[in-house]
Amino acid sequence: MLLIHCPYCDEERPELEFRNAGEAHIARSNNIAAESDEDFEKFFFIRSNPKGVIFERWRHIHGCARFFNAARDTITDRFLLTYKAGEPKPDLTKLAADAGPAAWANRPPDQLNEKPKAKRPTKGEA
Amino acid sequence: MAKLATATRNPALSGHSVGGHGVLLKVLAPASRMSLRARPAAVAALSKALGVSLPDKAKTSAAKGGRTVLWLGPDEWLVIDEAGGDPVADCASVKGLHSAVDVSHRNVAIAVTGPNAAATINAGCPQDLSLDAFPVGAASRTVLGKVEMVLLRTGEEAFRVECWRSFSDYVYGFLSEAARDG
Repeated sequence: MLLIHCPYCDEERPELEFRNAGEAHIARSNNIAAESDEDFEKFFFIRSNPKGVIFERWRHIHGCARFFNAARDTITDRFLLTYKAGEPKPDLTKLAADAGPAAWANRPPDQLNEKPKAKRPTKGEA
Repeated sequence: MAKLATATRNPALSGHSVGGHGVLLKVLAPASRMSLRARPAAVAALSKALGVSLPDKAKTSAAKGGRTVLWLGPDEWLVIDEAGGDPVADCASVKGLHSAVDVSHRNVAIAVTGPNAAATINAGCPQDLSLDAFPVGAASRTVLGKVEMVLLRTGEEAFRVECWRSFSDYVYGFLSEAARDG
């Protein structure tokens, strides 16, 4: 069973107490009626569904009942980080570098089976 | 002439009890319960009105004079009064914005006591119930098998399991089975 760190309870709790609530950091427009159909489609339907690190909303529904955000690796199912709702999105490059092998999958598909180089390119180099 | 009908209270699982294998299950008497939600600004006034200071740390509870306040969330508490008081009436005079809802009849409480009490609850609850992680007075909303419950540790070998009335049959059956396995 996964242990998920709830930032409000400040403790690792079993995954049975939690419920996934979709992708995080999707801001609703202040004037939704003025959105074009394309923009509304993007906001309402289109999700990133990455192979690798994803930012998600989770809810500690059978605990403190709070929504919070988490960075999770979709390959290893490992939670890299959880943080309270409303806090800014953490830096993905740093998270991915810390995540280990699973984050290799953030590379283009044709390079997926290559072993990564010893040092990952940092921001600016690539 | 129409007769006045008087409803007699018929609590779920009233008086049930199972023992043996180092654990005793006992369905507790009805109590007054209140679901309380409030922003930090109203907490001090509510604590004064209730006579118990509302705990502000996760997984804790506070008790005084037969009244127990359990922390459920950052702005949510469950108040259990076993002394016959009316916590909702006590909160009525508080001016600060809050929500106090009487949920007395919603819950059924089961006392699980004995040296195997933690093991019995752990049969369906994945939380760490060792004394280090869940000391006396610790309280948490969590799961038991397929349903949600509120768990309060009342002693080193004593727990109070609060579940919703309609789930009580399941919870009692689950705990009885677990007690037998222990």
